[in-house]
Amino acid sequence: MNDTTAQARFSFTALANPTRYLSYSGKILPWLGGLSALLLIVGLYMAFTAPEDYQQGITVRIMYVHVPAAWLAMMGYMVMAVSALGTLIWRHPLADVSIKAAAPIGAAFTFLALATGSLWGKPMWGTWWVWDARLTSMFVLFLMYLGVIALQRAMDDPVKAARPVAILVLIGTVNIPIIKFSVDWWNTLHQPAAVFRMDGPTIDPSLLWPLLIMAVGFTALFFFLHMVAMRTEIWRRRIASMRRASAREQRSTARPVLAE
Amino acid sequence: MTALILRDIRLGLRAGGGMLIGILFFLAVIAVVPFGVGPDLNLLGRIGPAILWIGALLASLLGLDRLFQADREDGSLDILILQGHEHPLALTVFAKCVAHWLTTGLPLVIVSPALGLLMNMQPAAILATSATLLAGTPAITFIGATGAALAVALPRGGLLVSVMVLPFVIPVLIFGVMAAYGAVENPAPFTQPFLLMCALTLFFSVLGPFAAGAALKASSD
Repeated sequence: MNDTTAQARFSFTALANPTRYLSYSGKILPWLGGLSALLLIVGLYMAFTAPEDYQQGITVRIMYVHVPAAWLAMMGYMVMAVSALGTLIWRHPLADVSIKAAAPIGAAFTFLALATGSLWGKPMWGTWWVWDARLTSMFVLFLMYLGVIALQRAMDDPVKAARPVAILVLIGTVNIPIIKFSVDWWNTLHQPAAVFRMDGPTIDPSLLWPLLIMAVGFTALFFFLHMVAMRTEIWRRRIASMRRASAREQRSTARPVLAE
Repeated sequence: MTALILRDIRLGLRAGGGMLIGILFFLAVIAVVPFGVGPDLNLLGRIGPAILWIGALLASLLGLDRLFQADREDGSLDILILQGHEHPLALTVFAKCVAHWLTTGLPLVIVSPALGLLMNMQPAAILATSATLLAGTPAITFIGATGAALAVALPRGGLLVSVMVLPFVIPVLIFGVMAAYGAVENPAPFTQPFLLMCALTLFFSVLGPFAAGAALKASSD
């Protein structure tokens, strides 16, 4: 492929070159970080000044962290699933870096959603945890994130680990619709979806706006962290291959006879 | 394909007694429960189906890493993968799963009624639990095949297989136990969760071999 044409149009194929990716992401990174910081500050301010719920009182403010974290937990897995397709179909060299970077972030958001949900459940439901469909499927999502991380860590060579990890991620995708529709399919203690509905959101605008701003802020934060982690991973792999190369060189200069 | 199933069954019956270890492990798990929760026969009878299911689940997970490991060690796995242009690899994996289930899963189902007696379960509950195990354990094998194929290249993949596979078998466990209780407790339905579990088994019997085939191919190049 001609280098100038690839640079002319911004595409995923153009990003396949790690150096080009590093230069692009280096430019975007400060803006993305600033955007997420700004949105989170505004969102948190709005969340604390928003009116309290007439039934739940002040605990409704947990929602502004809990709901975006849960959305991001699922979105993180979808990012991994798309990257897995990239690894398996197009053999995109950065797709498996993307999976490796997204897995711990997604696991952290899932844990955040579970922990805040648990804190919210204690005053509202009277219990820290119930085994209903939504909570169980989120817990399964958390376990799947950990399984992906465990498989990645179990293999020394990241290039060899790419395809098995991608296959595992794709199989796990069957859980995502189960989480989404668990509140509709089963009778659960968890309330059904209130924002993304066919007949419009059922939340009052005074509560909805801070929630949406927090959600966009969390999304920007996710992609910011994802980009930082991907850059770190690319540099880590470069350092590892440089170390290997220099070790080979040293050995061949130290013992030229044995190296033959 | 039939030849492969017969070969694997013969190997499974002969080499190393993997089948016997699975049954013994199942027995040990069931025997530990009364020590843990106390020998209250009413309580044991009530939680019996769930305990039998968990025991069978753990026992089937135990044998999973042997599914491809033995073949990899003596090199026949490479031959099976290379034959991929004659028989689709997914079909080969399916045959291996069937043989593996016949040698490790089916014996667990057969001994489960005897263990149900140890748990002081009613006859209807024993029958229902065995029926759900019969329909549900193949799903565990098919999902597990994927995990085993992903971990086949690793030196100590055994524990990793269980960690990776467990999240996926939770739905099977839920519907299996639900159906087993549905047969005993009156308001709870039996047919509906049982059919859902059969659907899961069929679903994974397609998805599992395909994913395992892809993973095996990826591990060989």
